[in-house]
Amino acid sequence: MANNPLSMQVDLDPNDFLPASEEEKEYMVQMRPSSTFFRDGCKRLYKNKVAFISMIVIILITVASIVLPMMWPYSYAKQLGNQPGRPVDPSFNNLAPMEYSVSEQERMEAGESVFPHIFGTDSSGRDYFIRVVYGTRISLAVGFFASIIVLVIGMTLGSIAGFAGGRVDMVIMRIVDIIYSLPDMLMVILLASVLRETLGPILEGTVLQTIGSNIIALFVIFALLYWCSMARLIRGQILSLREQEYVLAAETAGAGSGWIIKTHLIPNCISVIIISTALQIPNAIFTESFLSFLGLGVNAPMPSLGSLASEALNGVTSYGYRLVIPAIVISLIVLGLNLFGDGLRDAFDPKLNA
Amino acid sequence: MDSKTLRYIVKRIFFSFVTIWAVITITFFVMHAVPGGPFTREKAISAEAQAALNAKYGLDKPLFEQYTTYLVDALHGNFGPSIKQRGRMVTDVIVDGMKTSARIGIIALVIATVAGVLLGALAALKRNSIPDKIIMVMTTAFVSMPSFIMGSLLLILFCITLGWLPANGASKGGLILPVITLALYPMSYITRLTRSSMLDVLGQDYIRTAKAKGVSERNVILKHALKNSLIPVITYFGPELAYIVTGSLVVEQIFAVPGIGRYFVNSITGRDYTLIMGTTIVLATLIVIMNLVSDILYKVVDPRINLE
Repeated sequence: MANNPLSMQVDLDPNDFLPASEEEKEYMVQMRPSSTFFRDGCKRLYKNKVAFISMIVIILITVASIVLPMMWPYSYAKQLGNQPGRPVDPSFNNLAPMEYSVSEQERMEAGESVFPHIFGTDSSGRDYFIRVVYGTRISLAVGFFASIIVLVIGMTLGSIAGFAGGRVDMVIMRIVDIIYSLPDMLMVILLASVLRETLGPILEGTVLQTIGSNIIALFVIFALLYWCSMARLIRGQILSLREQEYVLAAETAGAGSGWIIKTHLIPNCISVIIISTALQIPNAIFTESFLSFLGLGVNAPMPSLGSLASEALNGVTSYGYRLVIPAIVISLIVLGLNLFGDGLRDAFDPKLNA
Repeated sequence: MDSKTLRYIVKRIFFSFVTIWAVITITFFVMHAVPGGPFTREKAISAEAQAALNAKYGLDKPLFEQYTTYLVDALHGNFGPSIKQRGRMVTDVIVDGMKTSARIGIIALVIATVAGVLLGALAALKRNSIPDKIIMVMTTAFVSMPSFIMGSLLLILFCITLGWLPANGASKGGLILPVITLALYPMSYITRLTRSSMLDVLGQDYIRTAKAKGVSERNVILKHALKNSLIPVITYFGPELAYIVTGSLVVEQIFAVPGIGRYFVNSITGRDYTLIMGTTIVLATLIVIMNLVSDILYKVVDPRINLE
């Protein structure tokens, strides 16, 4: 039948109305494996090359700083020229990289193998490579634990302020405001210089003494001064999350506060918390090295990257490399952690993805 | 200026006074918590001499009385005599050190701000070009480098390896490296700040409108884009000054500059109570005032910002 050119009739193919075959169904509906928020974030992190490389660098440095001291033949505090029952051998002091002392050369000539001093030795005849490795370990540990302390205190006070509201909230937030407006570095230096003297006698005889009063002082300072931004952040998160419609919906549906905390508040806060903790670590390392450089850092003979750099400054004209090595390591760690933290933020902050 | 802005400013000024008071109080009580007095190092001192010294510096009075006296004196700009530097007043020592430090600090501040804004604007305008990438890589590296590392490396490079500049800050041309060391970090920070805010501004509708009106490229950049992207830079003035003040502590140590930062560090190792307190208070007040100024400027410059 010929169509009338003015007719609105559509040519239909009856085949178009058949049920879809299995093959077609598979083509149309692409089922993807369900993905969790965490897995999504990891995928994004993996795609971010800069953050991924920084992560690998940080992991390598961390593992090296933990493993190497266990298998290294020299220790960070041992003055190699100072053997019991023998006069001090000054030829161990200030060795250049890969150089050997007189007695070591004799032993090598006798056929013994002597482990090389990769970065030479310092002015007291201590193997410099292991001191750098150990200093890295100390710096990383201080950064990590200081951040954990900040996290715990900030989270506790922040969530108390956020949940309790009213007068408690006001008092905590005023304290935060005052601490926040204090010039932090000056206060840190002041506290560090006083605490190392006052803490010494208190710690005597306890387990903490082995860590040294200066590191404990550093932790106390972080506990006192740096929890503010974390507390503010968490309080803000809790306040804004409590106003969300889905929390209201859950409440309407009869959910208890335990359920709301577990399913809504914690998962929504956790990425922000992890990210700001990750970004706190380089900050803490920065502060520690700064204090060590001013002579307020770790107790001797324990090295940290800052104190190594500070010691090296005295002989900088002849032994410049001793300053350059810890300098490079600090910069690598801080840069790596910062880039990794930025990557974490890009990958895990749900608000940025919106 | 509406009443809301005014109220904000008054509140902010009041709060700054509270902060300064907190600094003085904390400094005072923290310093007095140290076991032993400032004279414990000098061992060969008799009990009478000790008592006489304590009486001379008012250390024998009750703590609270010492505190109130100190508070009143500090408000009058009198921080008492220096305990270790015989016959010198703390105020004189600070003023003396400030001359050098302020010179370095102000030059560093100006260089950092001007160079940072220029580099940031350049990077934003030539986005993804080779200069942009170079600027971003350099600034990322500088931001991650503690000031003492930067200073030490510059010292090795320019004073020892190349021998172009003197390592001693007191000699001629010796202040060049301290200034550069202090300026590099804030400059990098401002560069990144300007770049991102400039990119943000360049994407705004009013830039397109200005271009559509036929405003020349130069005027669009200078009058519309750059002016608006400078707002975040203003907020950075406070932290920038704080950085330069604390940075000067190590930088003056590295380059042996006779400035207030060096006095501060030396007074801590020498336990010169009054000098430590005086220096802390002066530097802290400086930082608090600068924060106040940059906060107020920020609100005044950009009326869109919510005051509360």
